[in-house]
Amino acid sequence: MTLDELLDTFEFFDDWEDKYRFIIDLGKELPGLPDTDKTDAHLIRGCQSQVWLTYESTDELLRFNMDSDAHIVRGLIAVVLIAIQNRSGAEIQRLDIEGIFGQLDLLAHLSVTRGNGLRAMVSRIKEVAHRHTD
Amino acid sequence: MNIRDEFPILTRSSRGKPLVYLDNGATTQKPESVINAVTSYYRQHNANVHRAAHELAEEATALLEDCRNKAQAFVNAAHREEMIFTRGTTEGINLVAQVIAERVKAGQDIVISQLEHHSNIVPWQLLAQRTGANIKAIDITETGDLDLAHAADLITDNTALVAITHISNGLGSMIPVTKLIEQAKQAGALTLVDGAQAVLHATIDVQALDCDFYVFSGHKMFAPTGIGILYGRLALLNELPPWQGGGEMIDHVSIESSTYQQAPFRFEAGTPNIAGCAGLGAAFDYITKLPMKMLIEQEAALVRKALSGLKQIPGLRLVGEPAERASVISFLLDGSHPNDVGTLLDQQGIAVRTGHHCNMPLMTRLGIPGTVRASFSLYNNEDDVDALINGVAKAATFL
Repeated sequence: MTLDELLDTFEFFDDWEDKYRFIIDLGKELPGLPDTDKTDAHLIRGCQSQVWLTYESTDELLRFNMDSDAHIVRGLIAVVLIAIQNRSGAEIQRLDIEGIFGQLDLLAHLSVTRGNGLRAMVSRIKEVAHRHTD
Repeated sequence: MNIRDEFPILTRSSRGKPLVYLDNGATTQKPESVINAVTSYYRQHNANVHRAAHELAEEATALLEDCRNKAQAFVNAAHREEMIFTRGTTEGINLVAQVIAERVKAGQDIVISQLEHHSNIVPWQLLAQRTGANIKAIDITETGDLDLAHAADLITDNTALVAITHISNGLGSMIPVTKLIEQAKQAGALTLVDGAQAVLHATIDVQALDCDFYVFSGHKMFAPTGIGILYGRLALLNELPPWQGGGEMIDHVSIESSTYQQAPFRFEAGTPNIAGCAGLGAAFDYITKLPMKMLIEQEAALVRKALSGLKQIPGLRLVGEPAERASVISFLLDGSHPNDVGTLLDQQGIAVRTGHHCNMPLMTRLGIPGTVRASFSLYNNEDDVDALINGVAKAATFL
């Protein structure tokens, strides 16, 4: 699914239940990380639930793997991954990831405390992207 | 009698649905009389207290000192000077941790419990670092009650202080503090009770408890945030040094040195939270007029109803089943994070708390990341309980 397809699907939903069921189901389909990768070194601080991030870089394209112990966060990770997967550091740096959450219209409930976790996730991704930008 | 009508916020909606407020362990809502007391203080009486020679100052001082009298009555203290205004429970505990430092010797034990809130752990860690004392924690049983045999082992002649919660904010366990205080006294230790969760759910009688310190916050008992009470035994308070220097707390000041007031002013440097005292005073008045016994029984019945309804939900696991439970229900849905449940409840207008509840050592001890916590107050009703049970059952279908 592309990001545009995802956003189109989301526009069809007119109540919170459909949106959340969709996001949670996306999270359930996420391959996630093996337990051996769920280490402190990969943990993103500042999230209420635990979020781990690993990545590899081939031919200047970044490939991320992320996981969380919470279903809704896993779903949001799935959305982020659609946006950032297999892109260069420079491309990811230009992406407005928080803007995507805004378009999903889920950020209302993700503000302040939970939003901090998302922001921490986004800034870790941007940091990785920055390190892989010439 | 419907006390809900007196809490204006309870008529608002949340996420487009009627608000179901079950986060009372974090803070309670405020009745009209408390809100009016705060605004009328600023509209009619605002002045600094204790010093100026004018009518406004007299009125503001009366509001503040009346609040002290009401606090004294509320906890049944022997002397009004034993009531020290603080910002809340956390500041009260930090104050005590500062002023008793000279009485805590290297190698002595500070005994707390696995159930403590971070604010009844971290100040003691800071004190232990300064003094070379050790922190020891009384363990809990499978039900989430205190292991009293372990308490008896830990409280010894080497104990400097026993600091214990009256009601667990994470699990709702009612703690037999009287018994622990008795053991601590026999061991010659100082005693502090964290009453943050107890104020509307247990009778507080500091003389019957015979503790050295009792701390609580106004905002968990219908009063504004930023105001709380530290009770301290008067003879002890007057032996302890100040913790903050400034105006109000001094007797005489020269450039070289100062002498200090007696309690309570010794511990109240600077302009106090006068508006907060006006609100807290109104909250004491409000609570005093309520049929508390009946309302607490009514609340206990709601908690029982909620428990039996929640237990019917497949995959729901209660965290803590204490012998005596006060107003707090912690639970988890199998295979999901408490934050997921909290978010799905929030979407239904149901306000609960999720996470570790400032109880990280307790959650580590239980081997869980946190819980979903529904905490009740005197204004909750059957509709709230039904909404909670239906809301959790619905959330379970998502996860």
